Amino acid sequence: MKNSLKLSLATLLLFSGNLLFSQNDTSMLSMLDPEEETVYVGSTYKSTRIVNSHSLKTTPKGVLDFRIAHRFGFVNTGIYEMFGLDQATIRLGFDYGITDWLMVGVGRSSFDKTYDGFVRAKILRQSTGAKEMPISLQYLATTEVNTLKWENPDRDNLFSSRLAYTHQLIIGRKFSKSLTLQLMPTLVHRNLVENKDLSNDVLALGGGGRVKITNRVAITGEYYYVLPDQIQDTYENSIAIGVDIETGGHVFQLHVTNSTPMVENGFVTQTTGNPFDGDIHFGFNISRVFTLVKPKSFRKSK
Amino acid sequence: MKQLLIIAFTVLSTVAYSQKYFTRSGEISFYSSTPVEDIEAHSNSASSIFDAKTGAAEFSVPMKSFQFEKALMQEHFNENYVESDEFPKGTFKGKFTNIENVDFSKKGEYPVNVEGELTIHGVTKEIKTSGYFIIDNGIKGEAQFTVSPSDFDIEIPDVVRDKIAKVIKIKVSMNYKEFKR
Repeated sequence: MKNSLKLSLATLLLFSGNLLFSQNDTSMLSMLDPEEETVYVGSTYKSTRIVNSHSLKTTPKGVLDFRIAHRFGFVNTGIYEMFGLDQATIRLGFDYGITDWLMVGVGRSSFDKTYDGFVRAKILRQSTGAKEMPISLQYLATTEVNTLKWENPDRDNLFSSRLAYTHQLIIGRKFSKSLTLQLMPTLVHRNLVENKDLSNDVLALGGGGRVKITNRVAITGEYYYVLPDQIQDTYENSIAIGVDIETGGHVFQLHVTNSTPMVENGFVTQTTGNPFDGDIHFGFNISRVFTLVKPKSFRKSK
Repeated sequence: MKQLLIIAFTVLSTVAYSQKYFTRSGEISFYSSTPVEDIEAHSNSASSIFDAKTGAAEFSVPMKSFQFEKALMQEHFNENYVESDEFPKGTFKGKFTNIENVDFSKKGEYPVNVEGELTIHGVTKEIKTSGYFIIDNGIKGEAQFTVSPSDFDIEIPDVVRDKIAKVIKIKVSMNYKEFKR
């Protein structure tokens, strides 16, 4: 009895040994204990902006991105203004990827003759594999300088009154190949506000995302809810819906939005358009990238 | 009885065992050349293992490990062409058909023929090519072959058709180490 048990055990061992070998023969690579790697989720968005807001995509290391953002006038201005086409608000800017987790940018908008600069850093990166991270977390800080002539040049005007700052967290996740969503808790600080009843700090919560329709076309959207009693009632929450179209070298972003400004302090706290009255801009963003610093493996070769 | 079985088992495992060589940091590069633009990409994260006796060989490379000169190219490669999220790896499974000509203990350059199945973008194709083993202080395997994106259901849109070659050259270079259990 004991012996036969031993025998059967040994046979089992033998067979399992054989089984192991035959398996190895079908896939030898599995014998290399797979050093599981961390795979970071990429291709969350086509562009570094959803429409006005920053997306989860950053400008890659060593890449300079020249961006033109353009909004026509409100479509409800009628045929006299050619439904807004006669008017234009524009922001020209340069973004640069210092590392793959840190990007900076500067820009100049025609709206309030605003100069802006920003820094955006990845804090957490969504990943699978050895290190699993369900979300991406990024931090955006912007400074905006309004350079309009002083309304009241006779009074004691301070340069600091021109400044506004934005701090934003971008919490996002790519749920599937086609769906990426993000939340954007936002704090805008204005050094100077219109009257003393208004608060200098404005808290808002933004939401945005994209749905890929094909490999080259995606629908995007974003919305900011400004918490009540912080800005004048005449201002609206910012909303934008767009289409991203990729044509090989460029990404064209076409969209409709009720916001005229294209930087954070502007579209979060100074959106005037009521979308239900037809205060809608047609607009587009164009980006053109230049590789200034090539990846290591290409530096020697040419 | 027990001893006999142990002996039998040991003998059997030795028979089944034969020397294998492997790498986890093999280099794979590909080149697309057109009058408009030359594109190349490199990976040094390819894994490979082969059996010096039977000639059976396998290769695998994470598609996302390919580095391009321009980040945008890399993104398009992963997102639009090979769709790396869905098909994360390129693999080859086949055989060095004349492995018996290679003397792994003697320095020299040995030509070998390779044939097997190449899988990219979820599509498997039979390929045949030749390469060589260079036995020096280590064991180096090198090969070159060409593929067509269209064979692997990789669609190239009209706007970039002039920039991406119909035939892509692939270079494989592996520094093998002895595989010890």
